[in-house]
Amino acid sequence: MDMLSLQTAPTRKSRANGQPAIRIEGLSAHYGERQVLHEIDLEIEPGEIMVIMGGSGSGKSTLLRQLVGLDLPSAGRIELLGLDITQARAAEMAKLRRRIGVAFQGGALFSSMTVLENLMLPLREHTKLALPTMEIMARMKLEVVGLAGFGDLMPSELSGGMLKRAAVARAIVMDPEMLFFDEPSAGLDPVVSSELDDLILLLRDAMNMTIVVVTHELESTFKIADRITVLDDGRILLVDDVEGVRGSDNARIRNLLSRRSEGAEIDAEAYLRRLTGDA
Amino acid sequence: MLRTAETIGRSVARGVGEAGFAGALFAESVFWTMFGRTRGQPVRLPAIFGQMMQVGIQALPIATVLAATIGMMLAIQSLYSLGLFGAESFAMAGIGLAVVREFAPLIIAILIAGRSGSALAARLSTMMINQEVDALRVIGISPVRFLVAPPLIALIVMVPCLTMWAIVVALTAAAFIVTPALGISLAAYASETIAVLSVNDLIHGLGKSVIFAALVAIISSVNGALAKGGAEGVGRMTTRAVVQSIAAIIVADMIFAFIATRG
Repeated sequence: MDMLSLQTAPTRKSRANGQPAIRIEGLSAHYGERQVLHEIDLEIEPGEIMVIMGGSGSGKSTLLRQLVGLDLPSAGRIELLGLDITQARAAEMAKLRRRIGVAFQGGALFSSMTVLENLMLPLREHTKLALPTMEIMARMKLEVVGLAGFGDLMPSELSGGMLKRAAVARAIVMDPEMLFFDEPSAGLDPVVSSELDDLILLLRDAMNMTIVVVTHELESTFKIADRITVLDDGRILLVDDVEGVRGSDNARIRNLLSRRSEGAEIDAEAYLRRLTGDA
Repeated sequence: MLRTAETIGRSVARGVGEAGFAGALFAESVFWTMFGRTRGQPVRLPAIFGQMMQVGIQALPIATVLAATIGMMLAIQSLYSLGLFGAESFAMAGIGLAVVREFAPLIIAILIAGRSGSALAARLSTMMINQEVDALRVIGISPVRFLVAPPLIALIVMVPCLTMWAIVVALTAAAFIVTPALGISLAAYASETIAVLSVNDLIHGLGKSVIFAALVAIISSVNGALAKGGAEGVGRMTTRAVVQSIAAIIVADMIFAFIATRG
């Protein structure tokens, strides 16, 4: 079978309005002259956890930035909740942003604000709720992520795991329909990482969110994923459920799962050009 | 030779790009200040007042010390140099005009570039590197409206106020040197100085300070927004912001003086 061919597994969630939550068509992205994503096609169903995995430099973080509208693609389209974000007007994007949440790898909490103020910021900016109501809503979300009582601390006073939980709390404070995670387990010990996986599953089950997780952590991936997209060198190798990915006979995927680097094609001429600075 | 030309070309292209970015940041800040409320994203007054406290009120002690020192230094130099020609009585006119039109706006602008410009650049750099700016964008908050417009407005309001304060302090400090040297009363010094100065001189000095304030805010924001590469990147862009701000202030001062003295 062609290594780059797209394999898809039947999706398990039903579409509420006949549309996928996310539809990506022919998405390409460049950094300068270097192409990092090559004509990606992907659909993510409402209420599913899609894990995008791949090695370093596979393009998964770039794909996430495109999905949340931080970068514009050089070609293709991305539909989020029915809105083509590559063509959307600023006002449409502003409305859409209230329906999505993003938990960044390092938390990205505002260091000049307390944890509670961080959570209240989206509410303050996008709603006309009274201050005590906002505070109650923010404290409820801290409760959900297991950080009750930590609202008055500054982000610098939190541990790595707590920072990520606080970031999740901020991401869900507006009750979004869709949640994006960038490397949620990176830098965490296995126990804290597992707790964070449980939290992601809880959010999916309790709030029926569509969740997209970008990670290279295999254990987390197999624990939380409904479906997995395997990226390699900016191309989709496979879209399948956990068993499908585990059972894949694709050499690159086998290497990724067994954490080996064998099988990677080495272009000797390109390597020499890089060494001599002629690349 | 070719490599030198290439380096110069790249630097020019980068400089033009940064100038364009600065213009866009300024235009966007003005846009959010004027139309933010109608778009449901007003520039928050508490944020502006917070910045005004930092860049204005908290700078008062150091601004006072610098202005007093400059005023006394100018008085000493004026009395000495005019004394060579037996023209000490013109010292008050020289000091008054120099302080109001040149020294007060310049010294305050340089102080603000070092104190507030560096703080702004460091804050934005750190936020860029920690993805806090990305977080603002995905939350649906314009980073320019949230991070750039408040300090821009605060600087444009507070720098002329600080300049006015510096004028008063510098002229008062100069009086303590001039009055005993010329054997005149404080009242005579004040009346002579006020007689020499016109409203145009004040407009000249304060008008310049508004331009300097905008330059410091925008240059610092541009450098902060271009930060890359961790703590080292923050340090590099903070230094760059201060150096570029001071250079821009001095060049703008020269251009302003040239244009203002033509009419």
